[in-house]
Amino acid sequence: MNGVGAPLCFFCSRVTVRGPDEGLFLRVSLFITCYNDTLFPETGKAVVRVLERLGHTVEFPAGQTCCGQMHYNTGYQAEGMPLLERFVAQFRGAECVVVPSSSCVAMMRDHYPKMTEHAGNAVLAREVAELLPKVFEFSEFLTKRLGLEDVGAFYPHKVTYHASCHGLRNLGLGDGPQRLLRAVRGIELVEIAGLEQCCGFGGTFAVKNAEVSSAMLADKTRAVLNTGAEACTACDNSCLMHIEGALHRQRTGVRTVHLAEILAGEP
Amino acid sequence: MSGTALDPTTAATFPMAARGLMGDTQLRKNVKHATDVIQAKRARVVGEMPDWQELRESGRRLREHTMRYLDAYLEEFERNFTARGGVVHWAADAEEARRIVVGLVKASGSNEVIKIKSMTTEEIQLNKALEAAGIRPYETDLAELIIQLGHDQPSHIVVPALHKNRQQIREIFKREMNLPDLGGTPQDLADAARLFLREKFLKVKTGVSGANFLIAETGGVCVVESEGNGRMCLTLPETLITIAGIDKVVPRLKDLEVLLQVLPRSATGERMNPYNSIWNGVDPARNDGPRAFHVVLMDNARTSVLADAEGRQTLNCIRCGACQNACPVYRQTGGHAYGSVYAGPIGAILTPQLQEMKFAQTLPYASSLCGACYEVCPVKINIPEVLIHLRNKVVVQGGPFKAEALAMRAMAMIFRSERRFRAAQRLGRIAETPLVREDGQGEGWIGWLPGLLGGWTQVRDLREMPKQTFREWFEAREASGNAGGER
Repeated sequence: MNGVGAPLCFFCSRVTVRGPDEGLFLRVSLFITCYNDTLFPETGKAVVRVLERLGHTVEFPAGQTCCGQMHYNTGYQAEGMPLLERFVAQFRGAECVVVPSSSCVAMMRDHYPKMTEHAGNAVLAREVAELLPKVFEFSEFLTKRLGLEDVGAFYPHKVTYHASCHGLRNLGLGDGPQRLLRAVRGIELVEIAGLEQCCGFGGTFAVKNAEVSSAMLADKTRAVLNTGAEACTACDNSCLMHIEGALHRQRTGVRTVHLAEILAGEP
Repeated sequence: MSGTALDPTTAATFPMAARGLMGDTQLRKNVKHATDVIQAKRARVVGEMPDWQELRESGRRLREHTMRYLDAYLEEFERNFTARGGVVHWAADAEEARRIVVGLVKASGSNEVIKIKSMTTEEIQLNKALEAAGIRPYETDLAELIIQLGHDQPSHIVVPALHKNRQQIREIFKREMNLPDLGGTPQDLADAARLFLREKFLKVKTGVSGANFLIAETGGVCVVESEGNGRMCLTLPETLITIAGIDKVVPRLKDLEVLLQVLPRSATGERMNPYNSIWNGVDPARNDGPRAFHVVLMDNARTSVLADAEGRQTLNCIRCGACQNACPVYRQTGGHAYGSVYAGPIGAILTPQLQEMKFAQTLPYASSLCGACYEVCPVKINIPEVLIHLRNKVVVQGGPFKAEALAMRAMAMIFRSERRFRAAQRLGRIAETPLVREDGQGEGWIGWLPGLLGGWTQVRDLREMPKQTFREWFEAREASGNAGGER
């Protein structure tokens, strides 16, 4: 039990659960990401629910669109640059930025500084350097920024956690997401075999190398099914969309659900 | 695949080659098993090193420094190697390297050579050139012998016959060594290979080797191996010809303190290689070792790699193969899919650069960018970063009018405007309607997509787009004054 973050009442969602910054409520700017906005609004709603339940205020800069990851990672670096500029313009001055997608945060941390350097834009480089320390992946925001493990959630299901590569390797999330999950009331968390194995999504890799991607996916869905879980969760809906696509095609009856939606669960 | 040389200039695209190979159940089982075993061994011996991350960082700095002053270190190596009675030859490309080696073998008066396992000789297809000149090469590394006798191609940098299992090897030996009664135990196979090779070691007067490291300070050539057959090739022949890429140089003898710790642990999961040889010139005073020792220093596009500030870290590679064992793509396809003797993640960045980006352009895309390669690399080559850099080169070469480039630019245009993004979200919901089918639970799913996106629906369904985007929900909530309040 995380003493600092412990709620006064386990099942009362109106009780504010606070982190080490006792008494400090943050103004959180949400970068929902293009694909969550369009395809996974429930994840965004869940993020808002969790953050507000913890007493924080959520803002949504309306001009936000995409971080540029798909373009950058596929080789269209020039197209990625205006999207970087757009992100900075939308979120400059934010107290903190929360993103429910590891790979988008990895894009910013790993590539934004280099992109501005290559562009020779010193002003933008400084802005990126100031903004990046305030950008957090959602689970990372809870565990590292707020120092929480227990966010007062209830989710009475058998669940396995898929560690996305970007969260695991690029962001170094470690067991943060699992610690959040273990603190959820009612959950039965089962560990997947080959936790560190890529699911085979890889953005445009999934269509450019559809056959290899499918083979990697087959290994991952087999591992998910072997756990006997009802649902597979992760910090990235991109991996989950790929895993869910196969689980549905095979009529396995196993669902996927973003971590935020589990943490938003209430009795 | 077997028999045909792995030549990036003529190879099929990676997706096409992978598609063919992934139908080979035995191959996939062999590759998975072998890479599992090596990974487990590596994890064990890396885990016992408290300073592993510091060692990796030392390795990275050492290699980076060497590449920065490569010209000076190469000349230092040449001076010191020559002073010890060796002869240095410089080869600008594969063609020149082959010509030099063939000429040296002929000058040695032999029409046979014994070979130490060498990826550099595979890179330039030296055996083919030797055979064309009437010279018979004998591979003496057990795995390379299996490849040679099986008329096959190497599929891994360190374990070239990793795609074959024991039974398949037995069949090759039975057939090629004319041993119909050969047993199937590891002992039987090793005995057969030993008998076959011993005769060559004693008979053949000329040896050809690669090099793990060339030591500039001493003029020494370092070869590490597991079987001892390499040492036979270094010791017994009268003429020794070593061929090495110019990237193989290290400044000082004591740099091996770092490299000979990280290499064996990463490559074979051993604390140390069973055989570590450092060969320093010739010693005419003693009747021991080769009388003539040649080193061919080959560029073959390496200086062009060095000229690229972002790509040059590729040359830091010390050929341990750990990235191949860790790569989920390699583990599905095996090495032959890469159409190059350098397979896996390192091959995906090295091969196209050695081809000066003229061939092998699908290789930078043969990765999900999962980062497992970077994590295990003993000299911290950021392979995903280089892959992305090379993808950009491929895109720029492809020009602005390819279908993918047009689609990507259109997408970028949409993302550059909130208004266009909202319109695209609405349009997407309308456009997908004819493709959506209801499943048993009354949910809408797409089971077929056209064109390139069809790769997605080969094995996956796609959920229909929700009726409301997140931003629409958020804005509606704000408008109703519900934000931050109770629900």
